[in-house]
Amino acid sequence: MSRIQGYAKNAYPLANFLAPLRGARYTAQLMKLIRELTFPLIAILAAFLVGGILVALIGDDPIQTYALLIGSALSWPDGIGYTLFYATPLIFTGLAVAMGFRCGLLNIGAEGQLTVAAFATAWAGISFANSSAWMLIPLTCLVAIASGALWATIPGVLKARFGSHEVINTIMMNFIAVGVASALTQTYFKQQGDPILETLPIGDGAHIPRIGQIIPGIPARIPLNMAFVVAVLACALMYVFLWRTKWGYEIRATGANPNAAEYGGISVKKQIVLAMAVSGGLAGMVAINEVLGYRYRYYQGFSPQYGFTGIAVALLGRNHPAGVLVAALFFGALTRGGLFVDIFTEKVSKDLVLILQALVILFVAAEAVFRRRMGKTESQV
Amino acid sequence: MLELRNITKRFGNVLANDRVNIVVRPGSIHAIVGENGAGKSTAMRIAYGFYRADSGEILVDGKPQPIHTPHDAIALGIGMVHQHFMLVDTMTVAENIVLGAEPGTLISLDIRGAGKRIRSLSEEFHLAIDPGAVIENLSVGQQQRVELLKALYRQARVLILDEPTAVLTPQEVDEFFQILRRMREQGKTVIIITHKLDEVLAISDEVTVMRDGRVLGHRKTAETTAAELARLMVGREVLLRVQKKPAVPGRVILSVRRLSMKGRLNGISFVIRAGEILGIAGVEGNGQTELIEALAGLVGESELSGSIDFDGREISRLSARQRKELGIAHVPEDRQRRGLLLDASVAENSILGVHYREPAVTGRSGIMLDDASIRARAQRVIEGFDVRPANSELPARALSGGNQQKLIIGREFELPPKLLLVSQPTRGVDIGAIEFIHRKLVALRDSGCAVLLVSAELEEVTAIADRLMVIYAGRIVGEVDPTLATNEEIGLMMAGGSRTSDED
Amino acid sequence: MAEILSFSILYSTIRVATPLLLAALGGLLSERSGVINIALEGLMLAGAFTSAVVTHYAGNPWIGLLAGIGSGVFIAAIHAVACIQFDSNQVVTGTAINILMLGIPTLLSGALFETTGSTPQIPRANLIPNAPAVIAFALVPVIWYVLYRTPFGLRLRAAGENPEAADTAGVSVAAIRYTGVLLSGALAAIGGAYLSIGQSSLFTRNMTAGRGFIALAALIFGKWRPVQTMLACLLFGFAEAAAIQMQGVIPHVRVEYIQIIPYVLTMVVLAGFIGAARAPRALGRPYEKE
Repeated sequence: MSRIQGYAKNAYPLANFLAPLRGARYTAQLMKLIRELTFPLIAILAAFLVGGILVALIGDDPIQTYALLIGSALSWPDGIGYTLFYATPLIFTGLAVAMGFRCGLLNIGAEGQLTVAAFATAWAGISFANSSAWMLIPLTCLVAIASGALWATIPGVLKARFGSHEVINTIMMNFIAVGVASALTQTYFKQQGDPILETLPIGDGAHIPRIGQIIPGIPARIPLNMAFVVAVLACALMYVFLWRTKWGYEIRATGANPNAAEYGGISVKKQIVLAMAVSGGLAGMVAINEVLGYRYRYYQGFSPQYGFTGIAVALLGRNHPAGVLVAALFFGALTRGGLFVDIFTEKVSKDLVLILQALVILFVAAEAVFRRRMGKTESQV
Repeated sequence: MLELRNITKRFGNVLANDRVNIVVRPGSIHAIVGENGAGKSTAMRIAYGFYRADSGEILVDGKPQPIHTPHDAIALGIGMVHQHFMLVDTMTVAENIVLGAEPGTLISLDIRGAGKRIRSLSEEFHLAIDPGAVIENLSVGQQQRVELLKALYRQARVLILDEPTAVLTPQEVDEFFQILRRMREQGKTVIIITHKLDEVLAISDEVTVMRDGRVLGHRKTAETTAAELARLMVGREVLLRVQKKPAVPGRVILSVRRLSMKGRLNGISFVIRAGEILGIAGVEGNGQTELIEALAGLVGESELSGSIDFDGREISRLSARQRKELGIAHVPEDRQRRGLLLDASVAENSILGVHYREPAVTGRSGIMLDDASIRARAQRVIEGFDVRPANSELPARALSGGNQQKLIIGREFELPPKLLLVSQPTRGVDIGAIEFIHRKLVALRDSGCAVLLVSAELEEVTAIADRLMVIYAGRIVGEVDPTLATNEEIGLMMAGGSRTSDED
Repeated sequence: MAEILSFSILYSTIRVATPLLLAALGGLLSERSGVINIALEGLMLAGAFTSAVVTHYAGNPWIGLLAGIGSGVFIAAIHAVACIQFDSNQVVTGTAINILMLGIPTLLSGALFETTGSTPQIPRANLIPNAPAVIAFALVPVIWYVLYRTPFGLRLRAAGENPEAADTAGVSVAAIRYTGVLLSGALAAIGGAYLSIGQSSLFTRNMTAGRGFIALAALIFGKWRPVQTMLACLLFGFAEAAAIQMQGVIPHVRVEYIQIIPYVLTMVVLAGFIGAARAPRALGRPYEKE
């Protein structure tokens, strides 16, 4: 279609201008970073604005509410400690969703994957309760990852083999996960007479240390545990995997342009299964925090929609591990602050946080259109 | 009847229509010819209200008319049959035809009454279409006639047909032309967009030739020849003739025997030797795409028959990756769809296809990408092929078409290839880059590589190829010496002129 | 086994199936127009909550039902604007709406009634126990007729199958899709209202408990057709009703295994094992000219 595509000259005027100063490579990356950050920030502001109007409508002071929300999340040590604790599962699910997105898949089944993983982890922790910690912790962690991966592989295979859409299948498998976990819990692992739907506790050897046991100054009551460290490591590992290994390259190529991936000798079907498996494994790691680090058992309904919040985290974090980390900390802070809003405001409850989450997703999702239109004038398809 | 006056339309920086003037006489069959991207479809989509022109006007029956939506066009009696049929596969013929112009009341669709009218229209024009049939059960030819009925049902006086024969078999084409003639007899005006010259001569009364968004000429069909039209159509000036020494062909690198693909390729056989460029000329859509993809390993094994020998080895069962490993490089015809990861960096694009092995990954692990060597590779491509801006971190999207193309060619040269499959290497590329790419291809040949070059640009293949084959309807219709054959001769072959009469 | 087929199980099958059917029919209108609607859950919650609150204040369930419908349409409008105007990812937006509607009722009930997500009890006389069931099953032939026998239905199907074809035929794809999505809000909201002011007498937090997703499953199981969707809802309703009755009857089969049947069946259907389940071809694809 095009004969003259002389656009490149003007594509990055600022970058070109700065190039002699800092090296073209860095300016391009800087510009990219600025562009990546703009929309998420606008989305957050817009969400807070709408949330604020809602707060005002029900008769509380938005400014005070937000001050309370943020202040209580950043206090030391409880605020920070709990914020990091609440962020931990969101890092895992955010990474899980982001991994799917990078391969062009929408894994909204992280919720089911983490449910299955939590149950399986508890099962391993109960069944091998007498093993030593050196055995049990790696074993249970492995079970967490493997069971989440396995659960996610099913819709991956169904998509690769039959072309059935992963969204519907992962939704269905969310419910199947809860059903199966609950049935198995009641049949095999329930304490006699326990009114709550939960398993027996896992063996002591499977408990992973809390941060308070390692770093003095953080009180032991804060359930922040080693899983947070694992989560941060997972971010780094995911970055390395996606951008520094040939496997990651193949996954990203498939997500970016399956036709070109095929041309480059990459099996698109294989990448779909692989990406789903890795995604599910990441979702499964939520069990490390929840089962091995906090509750020491599986119980029904332990996850306040971590899997779905993961979508918000991934979108806000631009499907990049560093972004996911920051976005998860942001949502972790909201969760922590929400508890205080619940207690100390007249009318606003912690559900404000859910609403803010939903609004952020709505705004970030709607932003795609601006990006696309900008991209269109830029790249003249 | 219909007149386009000074129509100009830009998409981004691309000038798709540049002061286009077309006059269509009432009751005529008017052909608009040109290569892909010449701007034919854009001009007609503007006439149909699908796009809005940036400037210029459309006259219907001599009066300027504002046509902003297909609705406006339909009201003025203009109908259009798109290249990709605009039919809902799961619905019936009648449902498709009445869509948007439903008879009956708001709460009751009179599909039976519509069926009657459709049946009588179908009989009037000998279309033989059952209004109750479901679209997905119809043949392509029948679907096309449904599209015609759709326009006739809306009382179109002017029918715009976008590449109507692209999807038809030769018999269907004959039948289809009968229908068009019948329409002309009934006083309809027909505009047919095509790039097949034999069809232009067979059916049209007048013809307008477009190239690069401009109208290059207007002829009465009776007063022109295929050769003249071919020259107008593909005659892009190549500013510099390519300087090259005579080829020194070596051993046979690729030997293709009776390669067939259902409905696409029909018993294609040829050989290419080291150190020569074999050109394939032909109007687009005659099997070039399929041939190249089949050789590159991108067509399912089960769809092909025949044999492909590469360097003495049968490769038709090998995957795309395995073929690349043997030294078959591939520059795809659609660089954005096939050849690039637009949002990935130039550096990442420079390793697509070899990303899994050394030197893209470090030798020790066999897994980790080796950033330094990838960047070095990208730098070699950028420098060796003058990719601008010379920044390996920019996304490929940020490059112009010519630079994207140089990036792909550079990447494939790095393989290094024993055989290069290259398709439309200079499409949408500026003059400077064209020359550059041509020189590189010749240099590659001189270094002993075999090159299979497919191009719709006749000037390009005749200038570069050492031997030239012409493809038509999925078969090789002849081979000529590009230094001796005239454009007229080749043009005739491209138009199917020399095809044998016992075709099935 | 005799008691499984008793009158009472028939009755409870219909009770369970009604909200599913309403939401599924709503989803059908949205998805046949080309917009994925996994927000059914949230739309049901909107209807359930609003109708309970308004019935409580107005003392009239019909006004409550109307208000519920209004809220469903309003929330669906958010989905519609995001998907049609802003080309948002329809699944992502639907998920956001589900989260939103988990939060908003609880926030408002806290502010209005100082509860954590529930509304005050509504007197028995102010409930509408059977009306939504009648509406739901009466709607099946109505929607069938609209879909296959009216110009609007033709356009709706065309917008979901091939929006380019609809557009070139002079149909406004956006207007059709808006109508489909807004109607889905209305119907899902009636389904929700049936839960709060029909079967129950108050709203409780997350009272739909995944019914929106079962409705979605029924829609897929019913291959996006009204009558089959109704049958799927009845099947899923029966599974649930039977599961409740069988609790403890067969000792080693847990009720959860029966409850997951709809989901498993849906996956099986989707993989093409029980005839080809073909979604509207343009489902989930924003329509953009050029």
